[in-house]
Amino acid sequence: MRFRAKIVDLACLNHFSRVINTIAKLAKTCTLRLTVNKLYFILSDRVANGGVSMWCELCQGNFFDEFQMEGVAADNNEIYLELMPDNLSRALKTAQSAKAVKIKLTNKYSPCLKVAVELPSLSRSSRIVTHDIPVKVIPRRLWSDFKEPSVPDFEVSIYLPLLKTMKSIVERMKNLSNCIVIEANLSGEMNLKIETDVVSVTTHFKDLGNPPWASEDECQSSARGRDLQSMAEARIDIKKLQQLLAGQQVNPTKALCNIISKRIVHFILLHEDVSLQYFIPALA
Amino acid sequence: MPFSTQSHSGGEQYVLTASLDNARNLSSLLRAVHFQDHATCFATANGLRVTVEDAKCIQANAFIQAEIFQEFHVQEESVMFRINLAVLLDCLTIFGASSSPGTSTALRMCYRGYGYPLMLFLEEGGVVTVCRINTQEPEDLLDFNFCSTNVINKIILQSEGLREAFSELDMTSEVLQITMSPDKPYFRYKISLLKPSTKALALSCKVSIRTDNRGFLSLQYMIRNEDGQICFVEYYCCPNEEITDAEL
Repeated sequence: MRFRAKIVDLACLNHFSRVINTIAKLAKTCTLRLTVNKLYFILSDRVANGGVSMWCELCQGNFFDEFQMEGVAADNNEIYLELMPDNLSRALKTAQSAKAVKIKLTNKYSPCLKVAVELPSLSRSSRIVTHDIPVKVIPRRLWSDFKEPSVPDFEVSIYLPLLKTMKSIVERMKNLSNCIVIEANLSGEMNLKIETDVVSVTTHFKDLGNPPWASEDECQSSARGRDLQSMAEARIDIKKLQQLLAGQQVNPTKALCNIISKRIVHFILLHEDVSLQYFIPALA
Repeated sequence: MPFSTQSHSGGEQYVLTASLDNARNLSSLLRAVHFQDHATCFATANGLRVTVEDAKCIQANAFIQAEIFQEFHVQEESVMFRINLAVLLDCLTIFGASSSPGTSTALRMCYRGYGYPLMLFLEEGGVVTVCRINTQEPEDLLDFNFCSTNVINKIILQSEGLREAFSELDMTSEVLQITMSPDKPYFRYKISLLKPSTKALALSCKVSIRTDNRGFLSLQYMIRNEDGQICFVEYYCCPNEEITDAEL
């Protein structure tokens, strides 16, 4: 089992740091899955996480100048590691003006991701800061716990408004209430609602548009033949939604959510080379 | 009309209706008096006064004249209710508290009377937010009985000067002595009571400082809003003690 990678391009490095920062805001610990072409950050549905799950996918070629990996076996050419993304995010903080960043899987005393940051230096000798980030290697028999979640059989799928607008609304609502109701219909309308003893607030969005899911796609079965005006709604933990929005430093090229009434809200945020799926379960 | 929610306010009898093209002209002023979570709103044909008090020793008033609003109607001689100011501020700034160029939040505010909630309709960039904030029984407000004929010291100055002075003061001290004249009496004020007034000071362009013969302090802040209009925030504060000759 071997893994080593290198980023030289500063724009790629900053982009990678942003992605890691986002992940760090969403999950305390997560699984990093490495394949030949892709990196995945996975948080699987566990009660301890409040049932939230995350699936973030990156093409290594868009970030890394060198990327070599050798999985546990030729027929299972993958590596699964458990790590605290915040450690990685902090290691990359020192790398903002780095000449190069090398990441390597090591096993000196215990398994670690070694992040070596080469900083610019005035003298001829280079300055290198290394961080050893402890990781746990996940054995092959547990890999099946980290399968890509299937798109649920939603009732309504809708494009999200500008995340900046949504973020500021959700932040204010979070000051007022612990939970938020998201409701949307197939006419491009979405409402965010909170209600407490003191105040009720509803924000109405319209003309958001509904994504055209391929009609042969079976996941659309609940949406098909649905009354266009009728709202699908789910009440979720407002902190979970706020965390998702707070982590978004760049507006994605596409952002949408799928609602399964009273069960789950499934967010999909697509950037050019990063896709993030986030599942927030409905509260009882 | 920017609001598709117009039907909500049509036909019904509101004792107070007001609209404002830029909700920040209201929220920034309310933030200057937000040191307690509850405020008493008092509306007359002249405009809206929002009062916040603490410890029966300090009172802050924000005045928003009727002319600041694009529309301001009061059906009765006066309308009064108590409201959670923190909640009101979160609602008013639902689309964001900081100003981004070219965007402003339009506001329509309606109140049906005693026992009814305060309704806010906010709109920015085609997105509409409707808020219902429950109101409470107004409490008796302090009357500081501050009368200009009893004023013995008065200074009007540019706020910049006072901001500098306050930034150099040790705000962890217990009391602040304000001396405006070589003649007695001199008074001290609890810094913990004066501290909230620095929020208004930060926004203001001019300030008037007055004390009366009992040592009551009046701070009046002139605040220019984003549209260049002038509003006032006023703080009254009780003295902590009179300084005796022995201490001098």
